[in-house]
Amino acid sequence: MSGRVLVGVKRVIDYAVKIRVKPDNTGVVTDGVKHSMNPFCEIAVEEAVKLKEKKLIKEVVAVSCGPQQSQETIRTALAMGADRGIHVDVSGKDYENLGPLQVSKILAALAKQEDAQLILLGKQAIDDDCNQTGQMTAALLDWPQGTFASEVSLEGDKINLVREIDGGLEHIKINTPAVITADLRLNTPRYATLPNIMDSLMNNETELHKPNHRTSLCVGLIPLFETVAPEDMQGGTDRSGAMLRHTVLQSGKPKRIILSCLCI
Amino acid sequence: MMNMNRLIVFSRTFRIGQRLLGCHARHAGKEELRLQQRRSIKTHSRHLAYAKDLFLGQVNKAEVFPYPEIGNDELEEIKQLVAPVEKFFSDDVDSAKIDREATIPPETLQGLKDLGLFGIMIPEEYGGLGLSNTIYARLNEIIALDGSIAVTLAAHQAIGLKGILIAGNEAQKQKYLPKLASGEHIAAFCLTEPGSGSDAASIQTRATLSEDGKHYLINGSKIWISNGGMADIMTVFARTEVEVDGVKKDKISAFIVERAFGGITSGKPEDKLGIRGSNTCELSFDNVPVPVENVIGEIGGGFKIAMNILNSGRFSMGSSCAGMIKKLIELTSEYATTRKQFNKSLSEFGMIQEKFAMMALNAFVMESMAYLTSGMMDRPGIPDCSLEAAMVKVFSSEGGWICVSEALQVLGGLGYTKNYPFERFVRDCRILPIFEGTNEILRMYIALTGMQYAGKILTGKIKEMKKGNIGLAIGMVSKKLRASLGASVDLGLTGKDGVVHPSLEDSAKKLEQNVSLFGSTVESLLYRYGKTIVDEQLVLKRVADVLIHIYAMTAVLSRASRSISIGLRNHDHEVLLANTFCNDAFFKNNYWMVQLQKHSPENNDANIKKIAKQVLENRAYICSHPLERTY
Repeated sequence: MSGRVLVGVKRVIDYAVKIRVKPDNTGVVTDGVKHSMNPFCEIAVEEAVKLKEKKLIKEVVAVSCGPQQSQETIRTALAMGADRGIHVDVSGKDYENLGPLQVSKILAALAKQEDAQLILLGKQAIDDDCNQTGQMTAALLDWPQGTFASEVSLEGDKINLVREIDGGLEHIKINTPAVITADLRLNTPRYATLPNIMDSLMNNETELHKPNHRTSLCVGLIPLFETVAPEDMQGGTDRSGAMLRHTVLQSGKPKRIILSCLCI
Repeated sequence: MMNMNRLIVFSRTFRIGQRLLGCHARHAGKEELRLQQRRSIKTHSRHLAYAKDLFLGQVNKAEVFPYPEIGNDELEEIKQLVAPVEKFFSDDVDSAKIDREATIPPETLQGLKDLGLFGIMIPEEYGGLGLSNTIYARLNEIIALDGSIAVTLAAHQAIGLKGILIAGNEAQKQKYLPKLASGEHIAAFCLTEPGSGSDAASIQTRATLSEDGKHYLINGSKIWISNGGMADIMTVFARTEVEVDGVKKDKISAFIVERAFGGITSGKPEDKLGIRGSNTCELSFDNVPVPVENVIGEIGGGFKIAMNILNSGRFSMGSSCAGMIKKLIELTSEYATTRKQFNKSLSEFGMIQEKFAMMALNAFVMESMAYLTSGMMDRPGIPDCSLEAAMVKVFSSEGGWICVSEALQVLGGLGYTKNYPFERFVRDCRILPIFEGTNEILRMYIALTGMQYAGKILTGKIKEMKKGNIGLAIGMVSKKLRASLGASVDLGLTGKDGVVHPSLEDSAKKLEQNVSLFGSTVESLLYRYGKTIVDEQLVLKRVADVLIHIYAMTAVLSRASRSISIGLRNHDHEVLLANTFCNDAFFKNNYWMVQLQKHSPENNDANIKKIAKQVLENRAYICSHPLERTY
């Protein structure tokens, strides 16, 4: 086993930014808006670096698909402790149509090329909330998957995983190589310290890849019709005297109730 | 006027060229590619930068146009460095708690140390980040969001360890800088004493050489020392006996003092109005033994070192205040656009709009001045920008105070409560016009330094004329004739070889008029007062104010010209801000300069002095009560 871990990082609009829809309703305003690494991807990078520090894996490679600016995201990953970066250059129209299926094909190809033992991803991106890339990548590679991981531990060539699911916590054991997607409580990502950032800027450890026919992006585009901001919240209407009953219950004493019909 | 002792300086802005040369050796390691900036201390005549020529009515275009630019690599670096610092300050810094408990929590302090913020300007070979003045100013924009943290960091690196950095010898640097860079040791700057605040040259702390000649024993006390309670390494200034030409004199020397030497006691932390999280206390030195190797620079050269240290840290106040105002604009506008009164949102009322315009203008001017100054300071040859830095400090501290007050005003009653951060910003900002050199002292410094330079040039010219240099005399007379006949002034900012973009032409013309009038005003003041001008504080105050506004106009025009020329986003807004500010400043300057004319009716100074004299003689307000009767 190569002991190499591939970590996918995505450049998204920063979580603190107020999103505005473009006037022509074709999407959201991204020009001049602050971008940063997807928070779940940060957690994935942190987990990979932790595994490296425990000497359970040998190398952490950060991968990002996107335009030139994705290199900043890769550099942040390098500053957090990743060893190498791979930037898959996707720009313009291709970038607008880039979705989980395309990214998972790229990751699958890279995993085979880099002989990766593990792929760590964030469970979802905060811009599209797809929650698909990890699962699709595992399917394409025919690897086991451990999604929504809140605890990961390596045991020989198997992985013990605790997954956060609707019903509670699920404990599973999967073989390597595998795909793991990180959930919120997996860890607390470290700050990229300034000295580390400066080191990562000096060492240009990022390779540039251009997607080729094997990882064709033209298949299965989902057309976007319209982007619209949600409507402003309106007040509620009291349809069945629920408000009246609520008042009575609150006061705690039985009262003579005059039922009035408030159906509107 | 090159200082022979100066070390060779490599500027970071030349790194790109070096990188291009070294790109084939990209993976050969950073030591070859990263060039360091070494600062040295000048011991004789200064090579002043741009502002001095303004006193002669000349604009030294080359110094300030075009606006200083940093390379793409450096810009990339700044963007990457800023991100985690911003994140840390928004997630992990609880300013309200720091203010309430009057202390910075150890975890926050450790977070700052881990980020590397304790050694921003310390060269990499000593464990710091080795960043330029410009990057330091940029980081300060974020650090200023919490006043206590900003002051703690500034006291540590902008003044506390600066002495070692700029005037220390190699051994001292090797010994002390690494631990200071990591934050393991914290530094403090100990100059002020109970009897010596603004008058720094009058300090009384003594350092006497021990009998074996190996130690100095320091005795005395210092007050208002930031980081005083937790500092391990202090730069202490004390009087030493020096022999100059066989005469024994008392001169100030600078020492690196470790708390571990013993004999140092810190008083209890001062309970302050603002920056409450910063530790400020009294320090007492009782026969503290300091090895002779710990003298910074030469014995007797301490005062110059102190002034150099203070001068080099000042400019960052511009970017700190700008960063704070930008944040305030965001917070306040959120409120102004949602709060409704009289069926309209606050943002539709003129007086509220004026406040926002004022905040935007101030932030714009402060940014422009700060980065112009830091760009000048980062140039190879290190010109002496102490005058410009002082101007940035005065403008920013007063502008910041006004803006913060107006921001609170927009929120009205809510702004006055502790539920919102505005009252804390107001309290934290009050210290700005006081520390790092009070604005009164800095105004004197600005005006007098410039007038000293102008005076020297003028006396030089007069000497030449007396020697019979007719050409010079004719030149001066014709210049005066032209000015009095009302000919338009052209200092080369606009027109064929102009450096200012045509959309800013009007403002540039106003600047040229101001500068030209300023030059002749300075000249007439020198003739009128001669050496006694040192005592005419109200005159010097106006001179300083005019100069500060002229420098601000220059910075703003330079920056806006560049923005248009390269097409930055929202450059038309910048043009609007620049023109508005220049218009405002033009008329203010003219009014001040009119007040400086001989027997000017607009000048109330004589009366003001009379009033002050009578009040101070009686140490009270002396008018009879309006309700009094005499019969």
